Amino acid sequence: MAALLALTGCTSDLPNAEPAAADKTDKTSEFFNQAEYDRQLKFRTATPVGPDGKPWEQMLDPELADTAKYAKPGGKHHLCFSNAAVNNPWRQVGWKTMQQEVKLHPEITKFTVLDAEGKDDKQISDLQSLAGRGCSALIVSPNTTATLTPAVEAACATGVPVIVFDRGVQTKCPVTYIHPIGGFAFGADGAEFLKEKVPAGGKVLALRILPGVDVLEQRWAAADKIFAGSGVKVVGVEFTGGDAAKTKSIVSDYLQREGKIDGVWMDAGATAVAAVEAFQDAGVPVPPFVGEDQQDFLRTWAADKLTAVAPTYPTYQWRTPVIAALRILEGQQVPKEWVLPQPKITQVQDYVEQDMPPLHYAMCGCESMPGYPGPWR
Amino acid sequence: MNWRPRLADGTAPVLIVLVVLLVTLAFVGPTFSEPAGYLALLKRAAPLVILAVGQYFVIVSGGFDLSVGSLVTAAVVIAARLSDGADANTGWVIALLLGFGLLVGLVNGLITTRLLVPSFIVTLGMLLVLDGAVFLWTDGAPRGALAPSFRVFGRGGFGQVPWSVLILLGVVVAAAWFMRSGTGRTLVALGDNENAVRLAGGAVHRLRVLAFVLSGLLAALAAILLAGFAGVSAQVGQGLEFRAITAVVLGGVVLGGGRGSVVAAAAGALSLEALFTLLNLIGVSGALESAVQGVILIAAVAAAAHGKQLRRTHEQEVVRPGRGGAARADGVHQ
Amino acid sequence: MTLVRRRLTITPTVTVYLALAALLVIGSILVGANGGVLLDQSGILNILTRSTLLGLVAIGQTMVIVTGSLDLSVAYLAGLCSLVTAETMAGRTSMMVPGVLLALAVAAVVGLINGLVITVLKANAFIATLGVALILRGYLEHNYTGPAGSVPRAFQHLGYDRIGPVPVSALLVLLIGTAVWWFSRRTRTGYHLYAVGGDTEVARLSGVRTSRTIVTAHVLCASMAGLAGVLLAARLGSGAPYAGTDAGYDLESIAAAVLGGAVLTGGRGGVVGTIGGVLILATLDTVFDDLAVDPFLKDVVRGVVLVAAVALYARHRLSRRSS
Repeated sequence: MAALLALTGCTSDLPNAEPAAADKTDKTSEFFNQAEYDRQLKFRTATPVGPDGKPWEQMLDPELADTAKYAKPGGKHHLCFSNAAVNNPWRQVGWKTMQQEVKLHPEITKFTVLDAEGKDDKQISDLQSLAGRGCSALIVSPNTTATLTPAVEAACATGVPVIVFDRGVQTKCPVTYIHPIGGFAFGADGAEFLKEKVPAGGKVLALRILPGVDVLEQRWAAADKIFAGSGVKVVGVEFTGGDAAKTKSIVSDYLQREGKIDGVWMDAGATAVAAVEAFQDAGVPVPPFVGEDQQDFLRTWAADKLTAVAPTYPTYQWRTPVIAALRILEGQQVPKEWVLPQPKITQVQDYVEQDMPPLHYAMCGCESMPGYPGPWR
Repeated sequence: MNWRPRLADGTAPVLIVLVVLLVTLAFVGPTFSEPAGYLALLKRAAPLVILAVGQYFVIVSGGFDLSVGSLVTAAVVIAARLSDGADANTGWVIALLLGFGLLVGLVNGLITTRLLVPSFIVTLGMLLVLDGAVFLWTDGAPRGALAPSFRVFGRGGFGQVPWSVLILLGVVVAAAWFMRSGTGRTLVALGDNENAVRLAGGAVHRLRVLAFVLSGLLAALAAILLAGFAGVSAQVGQGLEFRAITAVVLGGVVLGGGRGSVVAAAAGALSLEALFTLLNLIGVSGALESAVQGVILIAAVAAAAHGKQLRRTHEQEVVRPGRGGAARADGVHQ
Repeated sequence: MTLVRRRLTITPTVTVYLALAALLVIGSILVGANGGVLLDQSGILNILTRSTLLGLVAIGQTMVIVTGSLDLSVAYLAGLCSLVTAETMAGRTSMMVPGVLLALAVAAVVGLINGLVITVLKANAFIATLGVALILRGYLEHNYTGPAGSVPRAFQHLGYDRIGPVPVSALLVLLIGTAVWWFSRRTRTGYHLYAVGGDTEVARLSGVRTSRTIVTAHVLCASMAGLAGVLLAARLGSGAPYAGTDAGYDLESIAAAVLGGAVLTGGRGGVVGTIGGVLILATLDTVFDDLAVDPFLKDVVRGVVLVAAVALYARHRLSRRSS
C-alpha cells in the first residue's frame, strides 16, 4: 500500500499533529472565563518590558522562548504574510502600517503577501501556496480561529517559523502569537468609566455590533459583569450590525422611549459618531460615552467637549509581527505569547489629527515612521 | 368631472398590510401615539423607499438592478472625499453625485440594450466594478469628511418635518405622476410584452435605458440622504439591493415586469421598515429578522401569483373572447 | 448536419477554453516577468483547489439555469450543510457516512422546497430562492455564533490529500461533473431540462412534466451545494455557518455558469463550459495573487470580464441567428 502511494505520488497536506479541537464545542455557549478575565485586568496595570514610547515592541509578562534553531544569519530574508482580509478600516490602517514597517528593514529583500479576502477556504489555499515559495518566515493573521488551525499546523510542519497575530489559532505550534491584552480588558475599560461617571440609578444603553464573535463577546461579557456590580441600570443591549444609520435609529428610539439616557457603552467605535449625533439631533446633552480610537469620534469628542473614553485595540500590533520575524531569524528570544499593551485614550487632544481620514485609527504607532502621513491619508 | 382617486391594480393588499402594521405599532410602541414617531419612521424609511421606487422602474420593465447597493456606498465615499468637510463644495458635489448615479444607470442601460447582456449580469458586473473601483480610488477606506450643509438633507428638517420626508413625498408623487403618463404606461407594457410595444412604435431601447437611469439617479439621491442621516461609512450600501427588490416585490410588483404600481412599491418599502421596527419593539431577536423577511417575501409573491390567477379566471368568465391571448402571453413571461 | 455545424462554429464552450488557454499563457508570461512561475506544482494546486468547491456549486447552478431558474440559496445552504456534517460526526469516525448522508438529505429537502415554492406557489425563482436564503440565514444567525462541530481526522484527508498537484477533492468534483454531464446530455430527464429552459410552453405541449423537471433541477443543485458543504467541513475541520457566503458561492456560481456560456433565460449552457468558467476565475485569482495585485482591482477586473464575456456570447448568437 505504501509502495502504491509512493508510486502514484499521493501526498497529504494534512499535518500529523492531532488538532486541539477538544474544547471547541462548549466555548460557544459561555464566553466568560474568570481566570482569563482576571489575567487581562491584571495586565492593564502591569509594567511592560521593552523600550519606552514604542508599545509595539513592548511585552507584558513575557515567557521568552529560544529561537536559535530558526536563525538565518546574513540577512536577505523572504518574509511571507497570509492576511485574512483588508475589508475594514481597522485592517486597512494596520496593513498600511505593516507595509511601512517592512520598508524600515533592508534585510527583508522580498515580501510576499496573499490576501484571503475574508474567505477561510482561500486562506487555507494561500497558506499551502506560501509553503512552496521559500519563505524565511511566515506571518499569519487568521480569518477564523478554529477553521484555520489545521492549515497553520501544516505550515508549522514545513519548518518555517510561523508568527500569528490578531486572532489566534488553537495550536501551540507558532513560534509566537502576538496580540494586545484582549476583549475583557477592552470591555472593562469602557464599563468602569461609565460606572464612575454615571450617577447611581442612571440609564446605560449598550450597543454591540453582532453576537457570536469571540472578541466582541468577551468585551460585552466583561462590561456586563462590571455593570451588574454597579449602581447603573442597563436599559437596553442592542445589535447595530456596524450600520451607522441603524445605530442612530436605535439610539433615537431609546431616547424617545426612556426619556433620558445617562451613558452609552459600545463594543466597537465604528458607529460611535452616529450614536452621538442621535443625542445632538434630539437636542439633548450627550452623556458619558465609550467609543474607540477612530478619528471621527476623537474629533467629535474634542469639538463638542464630550465626557468620553476610547478603549483601543491598537493597530500598532501590525508592526510587531515583522519585528518578531526578524528577531526570530536572528536567533533572538521572543515570547511564546507576545502580549502587547492596550492603552485607552482619556486625553483626546493628544490623539486628534485634523487632516487624517475620518476612519483612521489613532493608535497606529505610525506617526514617527518615515513618510507619515502619506500612505495613511 | 367624475374623477376620483383610483388605486392601480394590485395596490390594495400592501396598503392593507401597511395600515395594519402602523396601527399595531401604535399599540406596541409608546412613541407611536403621536405624529413624531411616525415622522421618525418615515425619515428612517426614506432612503429605502426612494431606492424601491428606482428599482420599480427597472423591475416593471422586465429587468433587475443589483448595482444600487454598491452605487450607494460609492456615492457616499465619493461625497466624503470631494466634499472634504467644506460647505462651499456642497452644491457641486451634490450635482456631481446625481450625475454619477445617472451615468452608472446610463452605462447599465446601454450595455443591457446595445450589447444584449441580461440586466442581472450587467448590474452584477457593475456591482463588482463599483465596489472595487471606489476603494481603489480611496486606498481601501473612506477619506475626507461630509460638510454640515451636505448633511442637512438627511439630518435636518423644515420645522418638525425632516427634509428627507419632504424629498420622499416629492419623489413618490413625481413617480406616480410619471407612471400615469404615456411614457410610464409604455414602460409597464414593455415588461409585459416587448414585441407588442415595438410593433406599436415604442422606443424600446430608449425606455429601458430610461428605467436604469432613473434607478441610478434615485440611488444617488438615497445615498445623499443616508450620508446625511448617518455620516460616512464603508458599508452603508451593503445588502440594500436585495432589500429594495424585496420591498418592490412586497408591493405586489411582479418580477419579470408588466405588473404592479409604483405607489405599491413605495408602500412595500415602508411596510418592510415598519415591520422591522415592530419586530424590534416586540423584542424579536435581530438574528431572526432575516428569516421573517424571507417568509414574507415568499408569502407576498405566492399571494400575488394566486391573486392574479383568481383575477384572471374571473376576467375570462366575464369577457371570454379576446382575453385568452393576453393571458397566454402572461404565462410565457412567468 | 448538426455535427458539421458544431465543428465549424465556435461555441461559448470552445471560446471559454480558448480564453482559459490564452489566460494561462499571458498569466505565465506576466508572472514569469515578475520572477515567479504560474504553473509549477503549487500554482496548479492553487488553481485546482480554488476551483473545487466553487466548481461543485456552479455545476449544480448550471442545472437550474438551463431550466430557466436560478438558486440564490446555495451559499447559506453550503454553510448549513458543513454544520450538519461536522455536528453529526462530532469527531467520530463511525459517524462519517451518516454525517455525509444527513447533510445531503438536508440539502435535497431545501432543494425540494425551492422547487416547490417555484412550481406550486408560482413564485419567481429569484424571489423564491432569495426568500429561502434569508430563512436559512436567520436560522444560522439564531443558532450559531461561529464554527461548530468537528470532523474526524480521517475525514479531513478528503480536504487535504492530493495526487501530485491534483487534490483528491478536485478529482471527486471532476467525477461528479462527468456524471452530471452524462445526466444532462444523455438521459431523457436531462433533455427535458433543456427543453423546459428553451421554452416552457412548448415543452409542456410536447408532454414534458415541466414542474417535475424544475423541481428535479433544484434538488440536484441543492445537493451539489450540500456536497460543497461536506467538502468545506473536511477542509475546515468543523462546520462554518458563513463559509459559503464569505466565499460568495451564490453570485459567483451564477457568474461562473454564465461565463461558461449559460444563458439566464434557460435552454443554453452546460457543465463543460461552467467548469471552464470556474477555471478562468480561479486562474485570474492565482495570477493576481502572484502579481500581488490590489484586491480591490480584482473585483473591477472580475466585473468587466463577466460583462464582456456575456456581451461577446450575445453578439455571437445574434450574428449566427441573422446569417
